[in-house]
Amino acid sequence: MRLSADKFAQYTFLGIACSAIASLMLIAVFSLKEGLPFILWYGPVEFLTSTNWNPQENQFGVGAMIVASLWVTAGAMLIGAPLGVAVAVFLSEFVPRPVMRVSKPAIELLAGIPSVVYGFIGMMVLAPLIRRHLGGPGLCILSAAIVLGIMVLPTVISISVDAIGAVPNSFREGALALGATRWQAVRMVVLKAARSGIVASIILGMGRAVGETMAVIMVAGNTPRLPHGLLEPVRTLTANIAIEMSAAIGRHREALFATGVVLFVVIMGLNSLAMAVMRRKGAR
Amino acid sequence: MSIAKLTVLLVGVVAVMCGGCGKHAESVTLAGSTAFAPFAEKLGGQFMAIHPGVRISVQGGGSTVGIQSAQQGKAQIGMADMVKLPPEADGLTAVVVARDGVAVIVNPANLVTNLSMSQVRDIFCGKIANWKSVGGKDALITVVSREAGSGTRSSFEQIVGNVKLTSGALVQDSNGSIRETVAGDSQAIGYLSHGLVNSKIKALIVDGVPCTVEAVVAGKYALVRPIFLLTKGAPKGATQAFIDFVLSESGQTQIRKDGLLPAK
Repeated sequence: MRLSADKFAQYTFLGIACSAIASLMLIAVFSLKEGLPFILWYGPVEFLTSTNWNPQENQFGVGAMIVASLWVTAGAMLIGAPLGVAVAVFLSEFVPRPVMRVSKPAIELLAGIPSVVYGFIGMMVLAPLIRRHLGGPGLCILSAAIVLGIMVLPTVISISVDAIGAVPNSFREGALALGATRWQAVRMVVLKAARSGIVASIILGMGRAVGETMAVIMVAGNTPRLPHGLLEPVRTLTANIAIEMSAAIGRHREALFATGVVLFVVIMGLNSLAMAVMRRKGAR
Repeated sequence: MSIAKLTVLLVGVVAVMCGGCGKHAESVTLAGSTAFAPFAEKLGGQFMAIHPGVRISVQGGGSTVGIQSAQQGKAQIGMADMVKLPPEADGLTAVVVARDGVAVIVNPANLVTNLSMSQVRDIFCGKIANWKSVGGKDALITVVSREAGSGTRSSFEQIVGNVKLTSGALVQDSNGSIRETVAGDSQAIGYLSHGLVNSKIKALIVDGVPCTVEAVVAGKYALVRPIFLLTKGAPKGATQAFIDFVLSESGQTQIRKDGLLPAK
């Protein structure tokens, strides 16, 4: 009786685990099936490098959007990564335990705020500020980068805090015993030992920034054109799919699936990178 | 024990999800145009109050989705707001149930109050890039447009004629975000369904005609598009009854009261 219950649980969970992998495979296969024929028909080079996106005239080049995604993500990481790592160091090394025990869950709660709320605040507060003080339409790369930079903070902070927490206390004690100041011990010993975890946190944050859609649509302006400055509106890969999906038919629809394939490749690349970094940490 | 609990929970969830099924004898689904969806919902509520046996559910998705859903039978009625129905709508029975003006809007701080149709065209094509050229301040024009495939956009571009949207235009995916963008940017120009004009934005006079209900009804205002209800084959049963209700005097009065224009 007991054995059969065990077996039942085992197969149930095996089934659940397999369904998670199966849905990943299905998503990959489906988007490839819908998108690849289009990419081959349109020409992969033309599709990836052309900056003309004009569905009404059968021009489907996602070059400008790839560039836009990279700009916005890079900007978000320039803001989010240093800030996130600094907060993580401060929380784990310079703050009493009880404070940390309250503030870490509070930061993780940031991740639970729906992205449309971030987008709305960005649209109503940040964009007008940028328009007034820096010029341009306000809905631009800079707004998107700032909003995303804040959105990746919970990911970067909580994984970095875990990585720093995993550094044995003997490392800190050793450094302090050799006459290092608190800051020297953190900078030269703790951060070095936690490096791969911190790098992984930044890469995971980057994955979130590349994939974010709603907030970006609301603050980036969605102009499918190659940007020439931080104050110009752009359309990212994710925004392109979300904005035009509902109204797309025929070739236009296939082009959006092809955009999805490009996005899928980019995100898979980032995740494999994160996993490789984590594995290196495990091996050491 | 916990597995048993889990099973009970799952069965409960499924039961709740299915709770809505089977209560109504007949159900009519409408899908499509986001401009007409709120009106369809309101009219659907009134219709259900009179005909308790029928359930009307309304989904958005845009005019293209409306045409697709009607073709594929996913919805009994598709809603589309386009000047001319595309070839994809061939074979569907179309009824005009209302008309909707498209207002060209700017920020209230903008000095410009009227534009000719050709000025509107040149602004959206990017040929006029500064408000100074049309009697405003010396400031660049921020063009705000809907996304490719939007019914409002295709209507606007067809009526204005020969619009090849400037590559620098901002793109927003709903009437609401167009309004917010223009309300927040003193250099912006956009267009939206005239029922959604409020005090945060200013509707321009186009070719000397202001965008008012009276002007649209009188046929003087040029930027008007019809709203179609589409069915596959001739409508029958509850579908027919609902379309009749929308076209009835009380349905048309309601449509007019909420800011759309009656069909006739």
